[in-house]
Amino acid sequence: MTTAQRTDDTRGGGPTAEPLLSVRDLRVAFQRKGEPETVAVDGVSFDVAPGQVVGLVGESGCGKSVTSMAIMRLLPERGVRVSGSVMMDGTDLLTLSDTQMRERRGRDMSMVFQDPLTSLNPVIPVGLQVTEVLRRHRGMNSDAARKAAVELLDRVGIPDPRRRLDSYPHQMSGGMRQRALIAIALACSPRLLIADEPTTALDVTIQAQILELLRELVRETGAALVMITHDLGVVAGLCETVNVLYAGRIVERAQRHRLFGTPRHPYTHGLLRSIPRMDSPQGEELPAIRGSVVDNVPWDHACAFAPRCPRSLDVCVEVTPAGETSGGRLLRCHNPVPASAE
Amino acid sequence: MAPPYGAVPLSASELIGGGMMLRFVVRRLLQVLPTLLLLSIVVFAWLRSLPGGPATAFLGDRATPESIAELNRLMGLDQPIWVQYGRFLGRVVTGDFGTSSITGQPVLDEIGRALPATIELSIAALVLAVGLGIPLGYVAARYRGRPLDVATVIGTLVGVAVPVFFLGYVLKDVFAVDLGWFPPSGRQSVAVDATNVTGFAVLDGFLTREFDASLDALRHLVLPAITLATIPLAVIVRITRASVLDVLGSDFVRTANSKGLAPGTIRGRHVLRNALLPVSTTIGLQVGLLLAGAVLTERVFVWGGIGTLLADAITLRDYPRLQAVLLLGALVYVLVNLLVDLSYAIIDPRVRLS
Amino acid sequence: MAETSNASASEAQAPDAAAPLLDVRDLAVHFPIKRGVLLDRTVGHVYAVDGVSLQVRRGETYGLVGESGCGKSTLGRAILRLVDPTAGTVEFDGVDVAQLAGERLRTMRRRFQMVFQDPMSSLDPRQSVESLLREGIQAHGLSRGAEGDGARLRELVDSVGLPVAALRRYPHEFSGGQRQRIGIARALSVEPDLIVADEPVSALDVSVQAQVLNLLGRLQAELGLTYLVIAHDLAVVRHVSDRVGVMYLGGLVEEAPSQALYATRSTRTRRRCCRPSRCRTLIWRTAGSGSCSPATCRPRRHRRRGAVSTPAARGGSRRAATPNVPSCGWCRAHPTATGWPATGPRRSAAARCSHTGWSRRWRPMTCSGPALCPSTPVR
Repeated sequence: MTTAQRTDDTRGGGPTAEPLLSVRDLRVAFQRKGEPETVAVDGVSFDVAPGQVVGLVGESGCGKSVTSMAIMRLLPERGVRVSGSVMMDGTDLLTLSDTQMRERRGRDMSMVFQDPLTSLNPVIPVGLQVTEVLRRHRGMNSDAARKAAVELLDRVGIPDPRRRLDSYPHQMSGGMRQRALIAIALACSPRLLIADEPTTALDVTIQAQILELLRELVRETGAALVMITHDLGVVAGLCETVNVLYAGRIVERAQRHRLFGTPRHPYTHGLLRSIPRMDSPQGEELPAIRGSVVDNVPWDHACAFAPRCPRSLDVCVEVTPAGETSGGRLLRCHNPVPASAE
Repeated sequence: MAPPYGAVPLSASELIGGGMMLRFVVRRLLQVLPTLLLLSIVVFAWLRSLPGGPATAFLGDRATPESIAELNRLMGLDQPIWVQYGRFLGRVVTGDFGTSSITGQPVLDEIGRALPATIELSIAALVLAVGLGIPLGYVAARYRGRPLDVATVIGTLVGVAVPVFFLGYVLKDVFAVDLGWFPPSGRQSVAVDATNVTGFAVLDGFLTREFDASLDALRHLVLPAITLATIPLAVIVRITRASVLDVLGSDFVRTANSKGLAPGTIRGRHVLRNALLPVSTTIGLQVGLLLAGAVLTERVFVWGGIGTLLADAITLRDYPRLQAVLLLGALVYVLVNLLVDLSYAIIDPRVRLS
Repeated sequence: MAETSNASASEAQAPDAAAPLLDVRDLAVHFPIKRGVLLDRTVGHVYAVDGVSLQVRRGETYGLVGESGCGKSTLGRAILRLVDPTAGTVEFDGVDVAQLAGERLRTMRRRFQMVFQDPMSSLDPRQSVESLLREGIQAHGLSRGAEGDGARLRELVDSVGLPVAALRRYPHEFSGGQRQRIGIARALSVEPDLIVADEPVSALDVSVQAQVLNLLGRLQAELGLTYLVIAHDLAVVRHVSDRVGVMYLGGLVEEAPSQALYATRSTRTRRRCCRPSRCRTLIWRTAGSGSCSPATCRPRRHRRRGAVSTPAARGGSRRAATPNVPSCGWCRAHPTATGWPATGPRRSAAARCSHTGWSRRWRPMTCSGPALCPSTPVR
């Protein structure tokens, strides 16, 4: 514990550095007619400092994508209730008008999406999809925007960028498309970049390239990056602080090395152990997490993970565990894995 | 020399240019010929299998078998069907579709006179259906679930369901007979002295600067065009609405929003263009159905077009005219669909013409 | 660890250990590219699978890795005769499946089954689980009367870890992991010898992947099944497989026992990653998830450039000649020097480095390695 405290980085969610983005108690509920409300994000809070890389990890349906969409205000207005606050530059993004938000999106904050093929307009050349951001936020004329677009495509590693401006998305490979999408997101040098599973739809070898590109760009531009993924390998290579989401709540948050070295929440612990590794004994049973997300119980009066948890106690299905911070680590568990377990 | 790193060769679809397009058109046109040949056989066989025949139609029910046989012999209908078909095909190759058994005039001349009327009506209906249908569908999708959308959806349901015949008579009774706003039938008033140049009444008025004639023709066109446009309009509204809703929920519209683009740019550049892809296919299919609807509409409004020719030919078993009109319809249908395919390739760069 | 897996493998091989269950020789699947004004004529071929030979022993798990477009799925489908091979033989238990047709093929199909990547789209949404499972049993005449069938179905769902009540439910009522269990039960229902699993866990949530992998392992031990597992994740493949083959552009470029793959990832990982020999595999290992993540390896040094070039575009030049493949200096400088004939289907699967004349089967096709290639820079 003493070593843990010594290595605790103040930037890891700590208050010393002025955060660029500060999410407090974000709650997103979907309401459909005649159906009970479903809460996708249930009181999520985290900070992102300038130049920091923060990971949001969890399996599908844990609310990680909804969180990012809520921050960007991209959720549909109807049938969705968002509460809490998303502070950036001293203003709460959730209170801005639609027009004010449109001014900020693409300029101050932008997003890279999971599937580069469907995220690009199929009937418009890639070049136009880059230049339209520049013309909108930088007020460039078409020539200047085109020149800037060539530089952008070149910077994200697209060969022969001048010719690629006139290509359509379907004429490019998956990796090239994702590079183009990153170029669009970076066009106006935003201070905050949110990447929602940017490598999931790509081949393994291309994944490494895209991650390396993101790493380089974040280093060069000083932008903060929020990395949303289900892939712990991606997190391990990129993120300084990692938030593990389960059923809409952050169950564990720690520095990367501490999270991977000594995972305390049984869910994080189980996830890390259940993934086959190149150096794990071959052919043996993997220590799997039992059940699936359908077994979850609601957070009120219980821990949502309790039915799948190997360490659950009686208290886990009676009392909602509170998020407790100690030594730079946030933990939401009644019976965490002992720190000496690994 | 080794190619430079990363120089990915252009994919085949990038090479689509004028050459591909021309090749596609030639290929499709060549495919039309066997289609028409097959269709002519079907039409020929079908007509001969109908009960009754031109002789019965002309001479009436009380004609003696002898006189019917005599008339059939005169018209060459007593010979085996393949001999008749062979002769028909031989003449068609030289551009001769025979003479109408009703009027005794060459069928092609009759069609030539009637065609402009039908084309004028169809174009008016199409302009109405497309011009109203796409905006209406778009607006309905944008205000999904609001009263305007609900009204549109119900309206289109009624529009698709109402029979053309019925709608035509209702419109005629209300707006022509009772209110007297529009003329009840015909293409032009007898009182207006119009010069015939192209056969298109509205166009002729402009060409000859007889604007009163143009206006008169337009007034005649309103009710039939509305009648004919109803079903295609309803279909186009529904398809546009569904397609816009689909595109609004797509990932690239989300990307466009994440870029902070102005709402107008998103609508025009990202939503509408993609939403029109399925709509263009629908329009092509609707043109084919317009031909069928025209027969009924022309009947109601006594519109001297192809529909009237066809209806008369069926009652009087005018084989040469029926064959010519049906083949013409098929040809138009095939050509329109070719146009749709071409337009599709222009709107959507992913489509590869092959 | 190595001993135990060897022991179980030799037990399963007991009946006739000598002959492999599956013996694929020089298998090729070429898809014609058609073009023409009026009538289509073939203007070229996509060499989806091109001269692959591999053997899978009874009770063994053979892993096939490669990135998308490398032909690994097509190879799996060709082995099951879901696509027709262009050339080569697929001997299954001594019978050439590639030549079978009609009723004999249908009967044979019972013995090899497939587990698909997306359990949702590969299960008919309008059939209950019971009727999905019953279908195969009846089609292959395995029915043992109403009573016997009922017992068999209950045994099946139980063996894949689902409650008996699942029989009356429909695919959409299940989670992804449960659906994949149903897919496995469907494959098992006809008592096959070989199961080809095409990306069996890549559509599943991370927390559920391990369950399905464990299930596959348990079923193999219980039923003596033979697996061909196709996946892009080397860590997953290595974990479940006894031997691993690496595919690239339609060809098998490397084959090794999975222990050997493990052995190379040692303290020397960083140095070996940069050797041109076995470069395909090594790049994978470092790019994939698992312990050898970008955090532990310096990705910049062995980052691959560009994507897979299309098998159709590569023409007559060797695989090594495509600009994407790191190879030895000589190969890079002479991309079309020798190698495969420019026209005609290529029959031989043997790799042959143009420079050294190396042609032993299963050696890397890209390059025979620094030891044999004089122009490789000494590191």
